[in-house]
Amino acid sequence: MTPRISSTDVLVIGGGLAGERCAIEAAAAGHDVLILSLVPPRRSHSCAAQGGMQAALGNCVKAEGDNPDVHYLDTVRGSDWGADQKVARVFADNAPIAVRELAHFGVPWTRVKGGKNSYFIKGERVEIEEALENDGLIMHRDFGGTAKWRACYAGAGTGHSALFAVDAEVVRLGVTVRDRAEAVELIHDGSRCYGAVSRCLRTGEHSAILAKATVIATGGHGRIYGQYTTNATINEGMGAAIALNTGIVPLGNMEAVQFHPTALSPSGILVTEGCRGDGGFLLDKDGHRFMVDAEPEKQELASRDVVSRHMAQRMRDGFGVETKHGPHLWLDVRQLGDEHLRTKLREVWEICRDFVGLDPAQELIPVRPTQHYSMGGVRVNAEGEAYNMAGLFAVGEASCWDMHGFNRLGGNSLAETIVSGRLVGQRIAQTIGKGGVDAETRYANEALQRAEERAAGLLARQGDGPGVYAVRDAMAEVMIGKVGIFRTGDELEQAVAELGQLLDDCDRIVLRSKAPGMNPELSFALRIKSMVRLAYITAKGALARTESRGAHFRSDFPLRDDASWLNRTLARWPEAAAEPDISYEPVGELDVPPGHRGYGADERIEMEMTVEDYNRQVEDAQRAAGKLPVEGML
Amino acid sequence: MSETGRRLTFEVFRYNPQDPDSKPHMQTFEIEEVPYMSLFMALNEIRETLDPSLQFDFACRSAICGSCGMMVNGQPALGCRTQTSDLPDVVRLHPLPVFKLVGDLSVDTGIWFREMAEKSEAWIHAEKAFDPQAQEDRMDDDLAQKIYDSDRCIECGCCVASCGVANVNAEFAGPAGLNRIARFAMDPRDTRDDDEWFEVISNENGVFGCIGMMACHDVCPKELPLLEVYAYLRRKALSTAL
Repeated sequence: MTPRISSTDVLVIGGGLAGERCAIEAAAAGHDVLILSLVPPRRSHSCAAQGGMQAALGNCVKAEGDNPDVHYLDTVRGSDWGADQKVARVFADNAPIAVRELAHFGVPWTRVKGGKNSYFIKGERVEIEEALENDGLIMHRDFGGTAKWRACYAGAGTGHSALFAVDAEVVRLGVTVRDRAEAVELIHDGSRCYGAVSRCLRTGEHSAILAKATVIATGGHGRIYGQYTTNATINEGMGAAIALNTGIVPLGNMEAVQFHPTALSPSGILVTEGCRGDGGFLLDKDGHRFMVDAEPEKQELASRDVVSRHMAQRMRDGFGVETKHGPHLWLDVRQLGDEHLRTKLREVWEICRDFVGLDPAQELIPVRPTQHYSMGGVRVNAEGEAYNMAGLFAVGEASCWDMHGFNRLGGNSLAETIVSGRLVGQRIAQTIGKGGVDAETRYANEALQRAEERAAGLLARQGDGPGVYAVRDAMAEVMIGKVGIFRTGDELEQAVAELGQLLDDCDRIVLRSKAPGMNPELSFALRIKSMVRLAYITAKGALARTESRGAHFRSDFPLRDDASWLNRTLARWPEAAAEPDISYEPVGELDVPPGHRGYGADERIEMEMTVEDYNRQVEDAQRAAGKLPVEGML
Repeated sequence: MSETGRRLTFEVFRYNPQDPDSKPHMQTFEIEEVPYMSLFMALNEIRETLDPSLQFDFACRSAICGSCGMMVNGQPALGCRTQTSDLPDVVRLHPLPVFKLVGDLSVDTGIWFREMAEKSEAWIHAEKAFDPQAQEDRMDDDLAQKIYDSDRCIECGCCVASCGVANVNAEFAGPAGLNRIARFAMDPRDTRDDDEWFEVISNENGVFGCIGMMACHDVCPKELPLLEVYAYLRRKALSTAL
């Protein structure tokens, strides 16, 4: 039996790479740590990351001259200058350490083979002699939007191997994991967080966990796009939602939504960027490599936002392969050969066989851009502390830390999980006191009671209201249809109105199953209103942002506008308010002034302020938005 | 008439341990087959249109997270990668044996695998602490590939469910457990010596508990080289004993 109220030093919500890496750091420092996870941790969605993890080790010939400075610059350019550059710097500097530490934890990284190697680069078979003195170091592959080969990888199962290695450390340290448990509400007093209320997905029972530090590490929220996502069914954004539902913690840049160029059509299953990194082509229905015309320099390896837009445009222009599920394009990896596909891209080879019944060494793979990554999330400072709420932290995809700005580079998120988990875990370990939790239990009791009443209320509701799956499907159609790759003011206005209507519908949902226990219909119904809220602020933020930056593209405002929009969107949802409160803060101090990314559109509206003037206002403006002061550990 | 011309009958094991009125029984559902239909699609359709109380587990739906192991017409398999086109008109679904039942098709694999990892100490026993300033230790790429071959196990539990020994001996490491042991035993970063491995491997709960029926090898959705894994462990045990 789970105790109704328990306490721990550190409560980590989410058992993926970011949460577990954070937990390890706190546990190794001697703190009591509890991980809540929807699924056994090794089934978290980190396991689905395939192609690689970015760290500037510079170990192979095509990585020569790479270092954290180059990685940092690629990341800022990739973000379309939306990132916090100080955070991007901390990230790039720490990524090599975090990746090498994973080798220490046991990840079987692919290694450099000294001597002659055969690669496929920009359509050509190339022989390259790797230095014998680098034999056995961690190997790199090419990815999109990077100046060097930088992605470290284990086959096409990088996330899987990383997650198993990190979870092995969690087991070694004896960290308690409560799996099949969902955090449904934060316990707080309006300025400090004291833990969370958890719902058991075995029994449906609620319990409260008091903690000195609470970490949200629940990953992304791609399922607000329904089935039109590469994300797992568990990526419903409940971590971001419980932060939003406090009424005071803001979410950052929710309109920044990444579409991955190569998801299988129509299932949405991810096919790694490593396919293009290793020399794969994108072809239209006529077998034409349209990316060579569109991006002569980077070709298929421009950033994901740019490639996805070119693909979507190509299909709009009538060059897609028409099917009853809509059009798709082709990914061609036949030139890489059977052996390469069965080893370095083995998981892709398996996915093709198992889910579309084809052999990628012989046949083309049907792909189309699909929702993949949430750049937006719980807004935190450089040390991972949530705005406006002491004792609350967020790491990984659930957070807006914010090193990705408006477009994340492939392989940077996997690296972010372990870098931010490591650093924020250190921060927590060093700052929380050794005494007990000094929360008044009334906050826990009140939160527990609210959660129980919500579940009981849903079960008791009668009438002819909508079903929960109908609301989900309607939300998904609005999001993919009107808040997708190409956006316009008219469509976004419709999206906001329709999602507003769905929010009202959520209050009338009637369950058909009254089954005791976890009751899958009830479990989903408890989440749906939060999901529609996340969808609503995504659409609302996209409507307000009258420019195009990274993955946010407005056909009616096609230019990046550094004069008016070099900022980050913050969305709060005050308690009992009908509408969220949208505000803005500067992106952070600029070290690299806004410029051309090196791919994509070159035209933009220049900033009017000097960089010095911009930088002078940053700290005050961010503090006014609720940022806790950074204590300077980083 | 469905697009494939088939109407599928699913006979599904039902039991909700949280409901005092629930008794284990089989329930029948009928749905239209569509092209490229997986059990992920079929079971969600059943839950969303026919019985919203039906419990099952899916997460990644791309055969990498290992959540959806279930018995499909008597064989353990991942639901997400099982296509209905490969199945007869009548499909019987049961939860995996060996693991504790959560409800209907949902079983508690997480706790089983955590206990297995604790018992076999399935983590790198490193000689020295991590040095953040140092370059990584080298490893031959062929060895890295070999470790990766075993590291690919997704702990779905299909092999455990198929194993005659694991079904009767709760202490047996099971195919996935033996594979995990081999994965660390072949990794030079793990400093456990042969005598320490001997304790883990060489008893009736280790590799000598295996009676060689090899159903595990047939059902593994990741096609792990389990034959080679057991041979490796037996050799390692014998060379220590001699």
